[in-house]
Amino acid sequence: MMGLLYALLSLGAFALLAGVVLAVAQKVFHVEGDPMVDKVDALLPQTQCGQCGYPGCKPYATAVASEGAEVNHCVPGGERTMLAIADLMGVEPKALEQEATAPMVAFVREDECIGCTLCIKACPVDAIIGAPKQYHTVLAAHCTGCELCVEPCPVDCIDMLVKPELIEHWAWPLPKTRRSKLGHERRENHAGHA
Amino acid sequence: MPAMLRNLAQRLGMMAHSFDGGIHPQQHKVSASLHSEACPLASLYTLPMKMHIGSPCSPIVAVGERVLRGQKIAKSEGYLSVPVHAPTSGRILRIEKAAIPHPSGMGIPSIVIEADGDDNEEQILEPINDWHNTDPALLRERVRMCGLAGLGGAVFPTFIKLVQDSRFAIETVILNGIECEPWLTNDHRLMLEYADDILSGLAIMMHMVKTASAIIAIEENKADAALVMREALAARDDMAEVRVVVLPTRYPQGSEKQLIYSLTGREVSAGKLPIHIGVLCLNVGTTRAVYQAVVKAKALTERMVTISGDAIAQPGNLRVRIGTPMRYLFGLRGLENFTGVRILHGGPMMGELLRHPDVPVVKSTNGMLAMREASFMGAHTQEQACIRCGHCSEACPSSLVPNLLVDQCRSDQFEKAEAYNLFDCIECGACSYVCPSNIPLVHYFRYGKGQIAQQRREKVFAEASRERSEYRDQRKERDKQALAAKRKSVRKTHAPKVEVVKENGPTTATDVVNNDKLNKGNIE
Repeated sequence: MMGLLYALLSLGAFALLAGVVLAVAQKVFHVEGDPMVDKVDALLPQTQCGQCGYPGCKPYATAVASEGAEVNHCVPGGERTMLAIADLMGVEPKALEQEATAPMVAFVREDECIGCTLCIKACPVDAIIGAPKQYHTVLAAHCTGCELCVEPCPVDCIDMLVKPELIEHWAWPLPKTRRSKLGHERRENHAGHA
Repeated sequence: MPAMLRNLAQRLGMMAHSFDGGIHPQQHKVSASLHSEACPLASLYTLPMKMHIGSPCSPIVAVGERVLRGQKIAKSEGYLSVPVHAPTSGRILRIEKAAIPHPSGMGIPSIVIEADGDDNEEQILEPINDWHNTDPALLRERVRMCGLAGLGGAVFPTFIKLVQDSRFAIETVILNGIECEPWLTNDHRLMLEYADDILSGLAIMMHMVKTASAIIAIEENKADAALVMREALAARDDMAEVRVVVLPTRYPQGSEKQLIYSLTGREVSAGKLPIHIGVLCLNVGTTRAVYQAVVKAKALTERMVTISGDAIAQPGNLRVRIGTPMRYLFGLRGLENFTGVRILHGGPMMGELLRHPDVPVVKSTNGMLAMREASFMGAHTQEQACIRCGHCSEACPSSLVPNLLVDQCRSDQFEKAEAYNLFDCIECGACSYVCPSNIPLVHYFRYGKGQIAQQRREKVFAEASRERSEYRDQRKERDKQALAAKRKSVRKTHAPKVEVVKENGPTTATDVVNNDKLNKGNIE
């Protein structure tokens, strides 16, 4: 009888202690927000273009991390981003719905600009400067090529140009050999089937 | 000999140090016995605004302006940069983008000079004959002003190597006269013909870095050069502690880190420079240019170039003005039709395959090779599957495992490739050379390095964009709250009146500028 009592008491005491430790740990090690959201967000290209159907990169990251949105909606990120997100979320990769285009940059034809500031308000990364009734211009170094400024422009004076290729940014392509081509096809097929 | 045994023997002092691996390609040094010639003046010279490692220069001359030989025509922007000088007298014809010797075939802003044929020289700089008693900092400034960059091919600004900082004490100066690339003989000829200039340049640099010890490293296949250098050394009384060391002929003996290990038994760690282990390593051509800059007061406007290859009937070594068109040089040597001919800028192992000969000679041009298509490695071979023979690992002078790395690069597993020290690869091409399956290994490594660099750039840009977008969201939130507060106060004072207020305040110029400042540090 005493043995049973000891067992109950010691187990009960242990459970109580464990409960206290867990309660304290929950308070001390509490994490603000969902760490997964930030991890997904870090993989996204931050163009803030909204082509995924969400109003920006962070909202899409939130949707992927906590609402189970598909991993293949990011257009500018391309296949590499899709694979990285799928890998992070532990889900199967999914084929992209839309091909990624070459990186673009917005350009304001200044002599046609009427200075309405609508594009300035639309730019998600503050890459357009100007004041009312003054020419606006795009800071090419900050432009993400999201095209969000094109639509609001009442006089259609914004062009999307292909980002000029710089020699410093030139990278060697894969060697053009039979085998590497096969490897490419194999990879593509793999991504397609999955 | 097995690597472990060799390592042990080296440690016990029974055997000279030597880097791992390496290969013995055919030498083809057909132009070695040919005395150098001055290249006749061309009519047009193209000077790219970046012929060194670092930031590009900006032009300081206008179109139509007359310039003299040695006149500075572009100034350096930023610390890691050296100015550009006119190679001959003439008129600035245009300033525009022009092709440079680069595998991409792309161009960069360049200054084109129409030569007037008089070749008048500018004389502004004073010769420093009494360099023994001159402040090293002044000499260093002279080396920078004269536009010197490593003429071995890497074109690292020379003045940076001649560091004047008490934290980095240089113990030994190493003169690199190895020239391990097949075909090239420009350094060989320099040592034979300008031994005294080279030694004077060495003496100046030893004075600058305050050391008495130096090694002149020459490969076994240039015994005559070693002899000439030894004789020239013996004739001088200020260089008692300078040795000429003859190293076995093995590619890539001339690679900086490998050479330093062969000579001193010390390794330069990954991501570090020779200066971190107290070594200053310079090419013989650069050393001569130091002498010319200091004692002759001449800016770098000329260099030795080997012109050779199996498609060239008359190979040779030419003293060529920087900016000379390559097509003109090939023409001088009887090559005018370029069909079926491939042009290399540099040696066959590490040189760049060019798309066309319409590029100028730049500071890094140690050689120009014209090779027949048929004799080109890879022209008639097909890449086969890796058979795990391990030859590439044995040949790698950086002790990497190329057969593992190549799979990682090919399948875009770049983190893994980095973990396997992809960035320690010096791109010498020894692995591709020995591969029995004809796998272009070094090409895959270049691809991998390029992709990693691009991903890093994208990451930095994305990070900056995120910060800008977050700042914008914060600002919008702040404006909204300010608006709400205003509405509240308005309601209190004129309760019945309905105020129409715009949704969001317009973005002000200050906001954009603030955001710009916020992100300045993150862009590039």
